[in-house]
Amino acid sequence: MITTTDLTRVHRARGREVTALNGVDLHVPAGEIFGVIGPSGAGKSSLARCVNLLERPTSGTVTVDGLDLTALAGRGPRAGRELRAARTRIGMVFQHFNLLSSRTVRGNVELPLEHLPGLTRRERARRAMELLDTVGLADRAGDRPARLSGGQKQRVGIARALAGRPKVLLSDEATSALDPETTRSVLRLIRDLNRSLGLTVLLITHEMEVVREVCDSVALMERGRIIESGSLRDLLSRPGTRLARELFPPAAPEPLAAGELLLDLELHGIDPAASPDPVGPDPLAEILRALPGAEIRSAAVDTVAGRRAGRVRLVVPGATHRDGGGIDPDALAARFRGRGVELRVPGTPDGARGTGVPAPAAPAPGAFGEAPR
Amino acid sequence: MTAERMRELLLQGTLDTLHMVGWSGLIALVGGLPLGVLLVLTDRGGLLANRPVNKLLGGVVNIGRSLPFIILLVALIPFTRLLVGTSIGPTAAIVPLAVGAIPFFARLVETAVREVDHGLVEAALAMGGSTGTVVRKVLLPQALPSLVAGLTTTVIVLIGYSAMAGAVGGGGLGTLALTYGYQRFETDFMLLIVAVLVVLVTVVQLAGDLVVRTLNRRERADA
Repeated sequence: MITTTDLTRVHRARGREVTALNGVDLHVPAGEIFGVIGPSGAGKSSLARCVNLLERPTSGTVTVDGLDLTALAGRGPRAGRELRAARTRIGMVFQHFNLLSSRTVRGNVELPLEHLPGLTRRERARRAMELLDTVGLADRAGDRPARLSGGQKQRVGIARALAGRPKVLLSDEATSALDPETTRSVLRLIRDLNRSLGLTVLLITHEMEVVREVCDSVALMERGRIIESGSLRDLLSRPGTRLARELFPPAAPEPLAAGELLLDLELHGIDPAASPDPVGPDPLAEILRALPGAEIRSAAVDTVAGRRAGRVRLVVPGATHRDGGGIDPDALAARFRGRGVELRVPGTPDGARGTGVPAPAAPAPGAFGEAPR
Repeated sequence: MTAERMRELLLQGTLDTLHMVGWSGLIALVGGLPLGVLLVLTDRGGLLANRPVNKLLGGVVNIGRSLPFIILLVALIPFTRLLVGTSIGPTAAIVPLAVGAIPFFARLVETAVREVDHGLVEAALAMGGSTGTVVRKVLLPQALPSLVAGLTTTVIVLIGYSAMAGAVGGGGLGTLALTYGYQRFETDFMLLIVAVLVVLVTVVQLAGDLVVRTLNRRERADA
């Protein structure tokens, strides 16, 4: 749905050249929520703004829904008629909402309808009310935006973005000005619209939380380049990538008593639907049963793209491998390989044994409680 | 001078002043508004970014703004005569008043329009809006309170300028003040004229403030 090839954007600010995008090849399949994450200044926003040509790429092409927008752009900074028509089919929501204070909520949603041809005033009003109903704000139609909360303003922004019945929604840090609770509700709305309208969403964010919450795929940007990308499902089953690490940060090192064995489980997308019986074929439950007395020290398990993924750290007492009387992590690992769980004794990336000693320092302390959604 | 005569003169003077200020204010609005918007649009990074045009417009505005009005008044006499047929009387005074007020108001428009959040412009462009859409539906409505405040200031300045027009036979309260106050030392009458001017300015300012306040309140509350 959205394809960019070798997209490059160079800003010229006071004689200095700043490369915001450096050869970005992006492919967003139709119907996906595609996240772009990265530190500020990585070029994420430039990428989103190049997709509807609010920023003109220095070179490279942008194709949206089969239409090469860069070819429509024409010369100079002004958008020609064809590019403007194409933009009506690309919705965009902004971090600071960008609603007109001079208009009511309904007036704001009507604004994009006003440059669609052939709509009467009454049709515009009706369509605006429909859209407001979609985002749950029909009762605030007559209010000024200043009277709304941040989350409500963003909902109006989304309703406005949907006015031209777009196939693509660009979301430029749309939840960055919102609190976590509101962020979740706005993301849920985006997810719902993605499902019900088949909307393709390019979602720019700097929060891994947002990616975890709604994205099907994600790309990591740094210094104007895409470093890693893939579907969340793939990333989870491909441990060792930066994105996988940031989605589920590794646990901090643990002090261990003698004889204790530390085990890290990496869940790479257990399908909960495939194991309806909680103590049946669910590999996690099976592992716990195989390790009597095992204690969960920390866990970060989440449902991503409909699958359970994350990390669980177990401490197994009296299981010193060297004594021979305990458990064999290798055998256990072999037993569950291919079932979405990988066992590992921390500090030994290949799963080799190591007991009774604290694990080496992990790069980031990131253990947090289980948060199923 | 009889009270009757004073009232007659004051009434005529006030009407003449209103005639001059009203028309020149209207022309300043019609001329200054597009000029001010163009100053923003043609500036660097603007929607119609065009350096030579921006420099030219800015230069014209600066020349208009830097001439003391009394000099403009005299300098424009041939132009006025060409346009109106005479350089004397309230109608003739409208020409220099308008010429002086256009660049003045244009700068105020420029400031007001520049203050509109660029994010709103981007939002309008992202939804497929043209430059015209941006100006009509975003820049002007969003800047409306500041534009009204600017127009109020312009009208008040015009009231002051219109008194100066009296120096070259422009008519209105300025002429009265010069003829009766300055040349005939009729201090009582002079004070009356001053009072009328004060009332005029106050009324304009209050009316302008009221409109601005209403607009601002509307933006913060329900429609």
